[in-house]
Amino acid sequence: MAGIIHKLSAARLNRLFLGGELSAVEITESVLSRIAEVEPAVGAFLTVTAEHALDRARKLDARRKAGDTEFGPLAGVPIALKDNICTCGIETNCASRMLKGWVPPYDATVVERLRASGAIIIGKTNMDEFAMGSSGETSAFHVTRNPWDLDRIPGGSSSGSAAAVAAEEVPVALGTDTGGSIRQPAALTGVVGMKPTYGYVSRYGVVAFASSLDQVGPIGHDVEDVARVFQVIAGPDRRDSTNAGRTPPEVKFGGEPSLKGVRLGIPREYFGSGIEDGVKARIEEAIRQLEDLGAAVEECSLPTTEYALSAYYIIAPAEASANLARFDGVRYGHRTAQANGLHDMYSKTRAEGFGPEVKRRIMIGTYALSSGYYDAYYKKAQQVRTLVLQEFQRAFERFDALVTPTTPVTAWRLGEKLDDPLSMYLADICTIPVNLAGLPAVSVPCGFADGLPVGLQLIGKHFADTQLLQIAWAYQKVTKHHEARPNLAPKGGRQA
Amino acid sequence: MALTISEVEHVARLARLSLSEEEKASMTAQLSRILEHVARMNQLDVAGVPPTYHVTPLQNVLRPDKPQPSLARETVLAQAPQAEAGCFKVPKITEG
Repeated sequence: MAGIIHKLSAARLNRLFLGGELSAVEITESVLSRIAEVEPAVGAFLTVTAEHALDRARKLDARRKAGDTEFGPLAGVPIALKDNICTCGIETNCASRMLKGWVPPYDATVVERLRASGAIIIGKTNMDEFAMGSSGETSAFHVTRNPWDLDRIPGGSSSGSAAAVAAEEVPVALGTDTGGSIRQPAALTGVVGMKPTYGYVSRYGVVAFASSLDQVGPIGHDVEDVARVFQVIAGPDRRDSTNAGRTPPEVKFGGEPSLKGVRLGIPREYFGSGIEDGVKARIEEAIRQLEDLGAAVEECSLPTTEYALSAYYIIAPAEASANLARFDGVRYGHRTAQANGLHDMYSKTRAEGFGPEVKRRIMIGTYALSSGYYDAYYKKAQQVRTLVLQEFQRAFERFDALVTPTTPVTAWRLGEKLDDPLSMYLADICTIPVNLAGLPAVSVPCGFADGLPVGLQLIGKHFADTQLLQIAWAYQKVTKHHEARPNLAPKGGRQA
Repeated sequence: MALTISEVEHVARLARLSLSEEEKASMTAQLSRILEHVARMNQLDVAGVPPTYHVTPLQNVLRPDKPQPSLARETVLAQAPQAEAGCFKVPKITEG
């Protein structure tokens, strides 16, 4: 089994570890050797914590051998974390020069929960700088490549987390999603990605981008693994005042997949002019399969969808400009070497520490919040947000979930949209409205268009996350798309 | 909505960002395009619509006012760019 351990699901690894069939050390070594094999091509990680992971694995093995049976659902499961999630003693730099070398003195709540459940942290993954970007290319350190085509972007901003799972470097990973940053890279790399309802998962210890939109969520190969991680990380936390204080009901999968009695809405605005033919064809096939499972499918309309993007590109930068004010060279992170007074120190530190996309968002946000423009931009955007939310709420009076593409396009070539920020922003049109409304959504693989993965997005009601996962599970049970794997074997080399 | 270079300079000052001449020029063009797109919002009638600042209806989340363990001062200062006598050290604040 040694050669395939890294390919196994989190559920399977947990079972094999608990049954004593595989040691945590064997699992960790297998994953580390896979990482060593494919990282030169993929570049999913900023930091691989080999020693930390092996040390942790040895402790888990010792506990199990000593007869300990109090293990959580992720015991023995390696996991990668997006690098904006604070890990005590492990560098966390958000793919920014601003935080290069910074080692958090505490764990994010989600990390505490993962550790308590027996998960093994394997490393920190590459991302768009401070989670601002849709391609991974705004990382200050290196690009991450799409395992399905190394000349293409993996999507973003949770680029490394999605690519690491797609490349079978880890079975599961955590990302964060502010406007689609879990779902979009999951779709473009052919894996499952979930954005929970706003407030289900604590944001404590997660470097803030846009606080009213940010949510941590899991990425994995199948819905069961994603649900397993979601159940570990979700729940009450007093240290995040926006946490809903709710524990999700336990998800159980099993029996014959059926969607009898489930009402699904297909909002036509998500199939607009920008959608590629191949993507549209896959989504239409998926909708037919959902119908075959017994779901009642009906077209609907969400006319404010086209304004959601505009509102988002005011709200997210406005919140970012406030959140990123803390990076001023005083308490942590980069400080310029040549300051002439305090204000000069701030301005030079920030000019040197931030990359172009982060500067752009800080500028938009500062402009939108500046004196004289607040009502025209920020307040207006928050009013549009209300309309988006109300429209979803009306749709959910008729439907249990909505079905859309996750992205209108498949993965584009590296560099293709880098000089055109607006066209990059438009790629997030299907995911952004969900964050504005705080809804849960999951992207599941639904096939390929010209050899590139396509993602199907399911959007649910507030706190109906587990119901949404049940629908995704039923779809996955009658399709094989999530079982496809990219071929990363070196040219002329032997296939693993 | 076209921005001018001097507006960009003003916003950069507010944001404490020192920009090169090249950055100012590209920022002026890119921000203008983005704001032009954002202006689509004006097609919507939002009169009387309350703004949504947070989707969860939570308000005034309170906790008992009890001391909790916090990070030690040395831990916090350990990663400061400059620290002295238990404090963060910054360049001089007053002119002259």
